[in-house]
Amino acid sequence: MSARDDVFANIRRSLGVKGSETIRRQMVADRLERAPKGLVPARGQVSGEERLALFRLQAEAALATVTEVAGAAEVPQSIALFLRNHNLPATLRMGSDPRLDRMPWAETALEIARGPSAGSDLNAVSHAFGAVAESGTMVLVSGSDNPSTLNFLPDNHIVVVAAKDIAGDYESVWSRIRFAFGKSTMPRTVNWITGPSRSGDIEQTMLLGAHGPRRLHIVVVKD
Amino acid sequence: MTVHTTSPQFKTNAARALADTQLQKALGNVKQGFIDKRRAAAEKLPEFEALRDSARDIKNHTLQHLDLYLEAYEGKVKASGGHVHFARTAEEARGIILGICREAGARTVTKGKSMIAEEIGINHHLEANGIVPVETDLGEYIIQLRNEMPSHIIAPAVHLNATQVEQDFRRVHTHLDAKRDLSEPVQLLTEARAVLRERFLAADVGITGANFLVAETGTSIIVTNEGNGDLTQILPKTHIVLTSIEKLVPTLEDVSQILRVLARSATGQEMSVYTTFSTGPRRAADSDGPENYHVVLLDNGRSSMLGTSFEEMLRCIRCGACMNHCPVYHAVGGHAYGWVYPGPMGAVLTPSLIGIDKAGHLPNASTFCGRCESVCPVRIPLPKLMRHWREREFERHLTPATIRSGLKTWGFLARRPALYRVATRAAMGVLGLAGRAKGRFAWLPLAKGWTKYRDFPAPQGETFQARWRRERHRRSA
Repeated sequence: MSARDDVFANIRRSLGVKGSETIRRQMVADRLERAPKGLVPARGQVSGEERLALFRLQAEAALATVTEVAGAAEVPQSIALFLRNHNLPATLRMGSDPRLDRMPWAETALEIARGPSAGSDLNAVSHAFGAVAESGTMVLVSGSDNPSTLNFLPDNHIVVVAAKDIAGDYESVWSRIRFAFGKSTMPRTVNWITGPSRSGDIEQTMLLGAHGPRRLHIVVVKD
Repeated sequence: MTVHTTSPQFKTNAARALADTQLQKALGNVKQGFIDKRRAAAEKLPEFEALRDSARDIKNHTLQHLDLYLEAYEGKVKASGGHVHFARTAEEARGIILGICREAGARTVTKGKSMIAEEIGINHHLEANGIVPVETDLGEYIIQLRNEMPSHIIAPAVHLNATQVEQDFRRVHTHLDAKRDLSEPVQLLTEARAVLRERFLAADVGITGANFLVAETGTSIIVTNEGNGDLTQILPKTHIVLTSIEKLVPTLEDVSQILRVLARSATGQEMSVYTTFSTGPRRAADSDGPENYHVVLLDNGRSSMLGTSFEEMLRCIRCGACMNHCPVYHAVGGHAYGWVYPGPMGAVLTPSLIGIDKAGHLPNASTFCGRCESVCPVRIPLPKLMRHWREREFERHLTPATIRSGLKTWGFLARRPALYRVATRAAMGVLGLAGRAKGRFAWLPLAKGWTKYRDFPAPQGETFQARWRRERHRRSA
């Protein structure tokens, strides 16, 4: 018997089932199809400015920094200012996200590099798929638009998110992902990111910048 | 058998741990930090207790239909271009992983934190076959340099102090300036980041564990704060997920329920920094990510726990709250438990995986104070399960003769209430009188095991039953 068959046989022997029971199969298929929500905390069930304020509060509690701009056209200047204020070089790596492409980068002195990171970039910008106000979490999906390496290799990760894409809870983001990618189909990687990288492994003291970015800066586009 | 165990020597291990001043200093960090942070996070979320129920119910439901959810999961992984390998034993899992690494022509392998990797002893096996495994979680990296096992499931180097880490870095990182300043923890972190960055970029294969597997989508999930698990999986050409069969949950909604209690219970965070959902290899249009995606699903005794009272242990989501709140863990640390999983969850799981004959001391290393159960996010009745192991140990005549005869004497008295009252009244009276001056005993006959490390408080001359009767009488009067 193959290892696979053996493991299945032992599970079924222990559970006292055959695996062919119509009722069980129906119950499991139904749950996978319906994906019931469970208990969603009241905290995130707010909208508009209140939701944005909650997102900000939670993201900042996780030690991210947040800035708001009125429209997409203001993003490049805002990022240039962030880099200057932190004495960081005016360089920026990004993928091929059309939302970022349309922004007026030429109005800044930023030196733009394209494509995934090979590990030597100081600054990168990604466009988030969405965010979750409940915990101040950014949601990013992989693809050449926003390569996953940009989320982890640079020292400073800047994430742009549209205010309308900030959901109250995780469940709302899953609905959008299903709508965008198809039911039970996922992009290679979905990253939930809540604050910058950190470690408490030395004497349980929290230190920022373990292996991933030392800074997570979020730009919310309100338009 | 998997990795070497010193669980049979628990008593010797514990005695050594109690005398280890470095360890005792480091263990102070557990007592201080984790408990307060968890409590604050739990109090901040009004639905926290209800979410614990929800998490428990989801895991119970999945375990009841584990065969069907595994089938669905396997189908989805394959549909997304990945491979699923089943391993009955640690040895089979090691063989599968070595095979994948060889096929990839691997010379170095980076590793995210994985308790299953510890359980099967994969590092040693890769090394023995000419492949260099590099732990990338800071705590795991430190203990790899020291050739040690993790002493905690989420804080593997919690038994160490910064000065010890500094010594290890100076010993191993000999390519760096010997006069460099490493007096601050942040300098140690920065050095490890730089050293490991090179390793990440050079690795041929990345091995991570999985906190959860989602049947709906064929997704594996890791939860980290450092980002090492992500660099481990997106940079090399091959990503291996090394995990076990009980990590399944039905849907993305289900795992979102459990994630709401995981970080809060573990570190007191609302959410860990990186929660990563990985499905198959990189897509055709992707510009980064692994080209090959393998999942190795370990059984190693778990399927036999289903349908028994120990099935409840399979709900465990490895948050570490039980050990963070355990007075025994606080006193002796994780290494004393002698195998991979320490603390209360280890005391229940280890006998299932390596046998009660080897791990019998562990379920006995408990005061039954119940704190572990009171904080467990999936409500595993850990004290009850430890008691089940004690019963089995007794039934199989593995309990030492002195304890057996003691228990028999107690059993004889307990079945004869009148005699029990007389005997306890006499004993409490004598002890109360003898201990009246100091209020405690530094030495007692037949209780050396207790009084060697702490004093025994003197009874106040009255038995519990007598006091119970008196108080009840007073209240009803």
